[in-house]
Amino acid sequence: MDAQHKESPFSGEFNKRLKQRYQAQQRFKLLGISAIMFALAFLAFLLITIISNGYSAFRQTYVELTVNFEKSIFEGEDLARANYQALINRALDEKFPDVEGRRAKRTLHGMISTGARYQLMDMVQDDPGLIGTTQTIWVPADDDIDMFMKGYVDMSQPESDRRIKDQQAQWIQTWIDNNMIKLRFNRTFFTSGDSRDPELAGIWAAVKGSFYTLVITLALSFPMGVAAAIYLEEFAPVNRITSLIEININNLAAVPSIIFGLLGLAIFINFWGIPRSTPLVGGLVLTLMTLPTIIIAARASLKSVPPSIREAALGVGASKIQTVFHHVLPLAMPGMLTGTIIGMAQALGETAPLLMIGMVAFIVDIPGGFTDPAAALPVQIYLWADSPERGFTEKTSAAIMVLLAFLVTMNALAVYMRKKFEITW
Amino acid sequence: MKPTAGADQDNNTEDTGTEPARRKAGPDLYTEFQQIVGNPYVDNPRMVCRDVYVYYGETCAIKKVSIDVACNEVLAMIGPSGCGKSTFLRCLNRMNDTVSICRVEGEIRLDGMDIYDPSVDVVPLRAKVGMVFQKPNPFPKSIYENISYGPKIHGLTKDKHEMDEIVETSLIRAGLWEEVKDRLNEPGTGLSGGQQQRLCIARAIAVSPEVILMDEPCSALDPIATSKIEDLIAELRTQYSIVIVTHAMQQAARVSQRTAYFHLGNLVEVGDTDQIFTNPKHQLTEDYITGRFG
Repeated sequence: MDAQHKESPFSGEFNKRLKQRYQAQQRFKLLGISAIMFALAFLAFLLITIISNGYSAFRQTYVELTVNFEKSIFEGEDLARANYQALINRALDEKFPDVEGRRAKRTLHGMISTGARYQLMDMVQDDPGLIGTTQTIWVPADDDIDMFMKGYVDMSQPESDRRIKDQQAQWIQTWIDNNMIKLRFNRTFFTSGDSRDPELAGIWAAVKGSFYTLVITLALSFPMGVAAAIYLEEFAPVNRITSLIEININNLAAVPSIIFGLLGLAIFINFWGIPRSTPLVGGLVLTLMTLPTIIIAARASLKSVPPSIREAALGVGASKIQTVFHHVLPLAMPGMLTGTIIGMAQALGETAPLLMIGMVAFIVDIPGGFTDPAAALPVQIYLWADSPERGFTEKTSAAIMVLLAFLVTMNALAVYMRKKFEITW
Repeated sequence: MKPTAGADQDNNTEDTGTEPARRKAGPDLYTEFQQIVGNPYVDNPRMVCRDVYVYYGETCAIKKVSIDVACNEVLAMIGPSGCGKSTFLRCLNRMNDTVSICRVEGEIRLDGMDIYDPSVDVVPLRAKVGMVFQKPNPFPKSIYENISYGPKIHGLTKDKHEMDEIVETSLIRAGLWEEVKDRLNEPGTGLSGGQQQRLCIARAIAVSPEVILMDEPCSALDPIATSKIEDLIAELRTQYSIVIVTHAMQQAARVSQRTAYFHLGNLVEVGDTDQIFTNPKHQLTEDYITGRFG
């Protein structure tokens, strides 16, 4: 009995090997977990950096001013051309009467954003009855003050290295003591276009530009991509030509996007004469880029429709096109839409090709249509990241957050649609 | 059409892969075309097949098969896997057209009309020769829409009332009406496997076919659902011709009037079901039926 037991293959060597096998499994598991941990750590690092840099951009420093809309300023002047800056300057001077000298006064006046005068202008244009009255209003502070209020200015450094001088700090302290300065929700950021001044810059123009661009992209690439996929998958004969087309479409998906930008510059702008910097040309270029993605996704989802459904339809006498449009396409649609949304998300985040077709220009106006010059969200981020002012750092991060929010929403929508319309057999 | 010289060579190429396994099973009688044992012809044929060859690319899957399908009969086709019975079945309503490398030679007539004639439209042909597949494949739509789809695309009804009638009669004939009449708007995919298969049969008969082809209709079903389908087949025979491919020999014996035994692309033996199962004439048929291989 014992001898037999010793000869059993399930002892000695075997147990040793078994242990090794489990160890190998354990090692691999650990490797996989650590890989995921690394990936998560990087993701967390990225998100934390962006959010900690950018969250402050959603608040903006405002200063309370008591403005006397003196009649004399408006006499004989068009309402749009009156010297509103003088009103602001006088209000500041009244608040700090002991400021002497041109230089000091200029510094004082510079503490209010240049956008304040347009705010006054809008007020007066809305209600000319304000002329001659005295109003207490909140106006945006200059970006340096804003940065100081958000704690980005290191007061321990020598005065000459600081954007905020000691005198300014005193004035701000006076405002703080009188409760005349505070951080409020930054509506400007969501409603205005680009600006040279960080406190006046907003992403609305870029959001709209991206929206118009994506509308063009979607309107062109979805029908074309789906039609191409249906033809290739359901109707095209399998031969050299179709397999060549297939290979080329797959290759096209891997072409660097800036190449598409160059192509757009050469064909759409220089040859067809489409105005540059416009959502129209941007949409066309992104269409080129998105088409292969959509075609590949649409073909995959057509392939995943079980052949039994095609047979069932053909079996009751449906023609080829009826089979495709009545049965195959509805089943493939969720997958196609998912692919399209992912392609759109990719297009939304694309910067390089837009640089080539002039969408990198500094455009203040909010685009009103497809042929107005516009920026796109990622390009706006690129522009702000390039700007030297400290105020644009937080704006850059905030814009990235907005872009990420759009992308996450789109991807979540794709997942939701896949789950919702998924048909189980 | 006559077989070409190339066709015989193709026979050999096909068999190289399977030969060793087959040799064990029985004498090597079947690599070449062989004469059909029994009488494949009937007096009142609905479908007539003469010298049918089917090629998949270079491979010959069906070799010179001639057989008739009579009116109001159930013809069972049996044989080991890969013997070509499903391929042959799918020729009868040109479902093989969807396979691009598939080529059919010979003559298949439905009520005297050559269905492989270039002038023949497959759409009405498939309406006349309905098909039920191995795996129940209802459309992922409502039960009602599953039935009404065929009549709708063929324009068989004038109004909703007529359509309701077709749906009801089809479901009644398929023996499903009592089970689903209260939930016609629920998806057909929500039914049980057996119900789904009967739904597929109802869908096939909704377009008033003359012939119904069934490709192992019960292979995915449990015995109870199977017996229901078998009862249904027996009943449908009064109105339609039915050709059924099956792996279950008892099933063939139960439902069919005539049985055809296929082997490696050859139609080996045809005869009345009773005769085939009690007194097979060909050695291969006997081997298969007695379970010596297959």
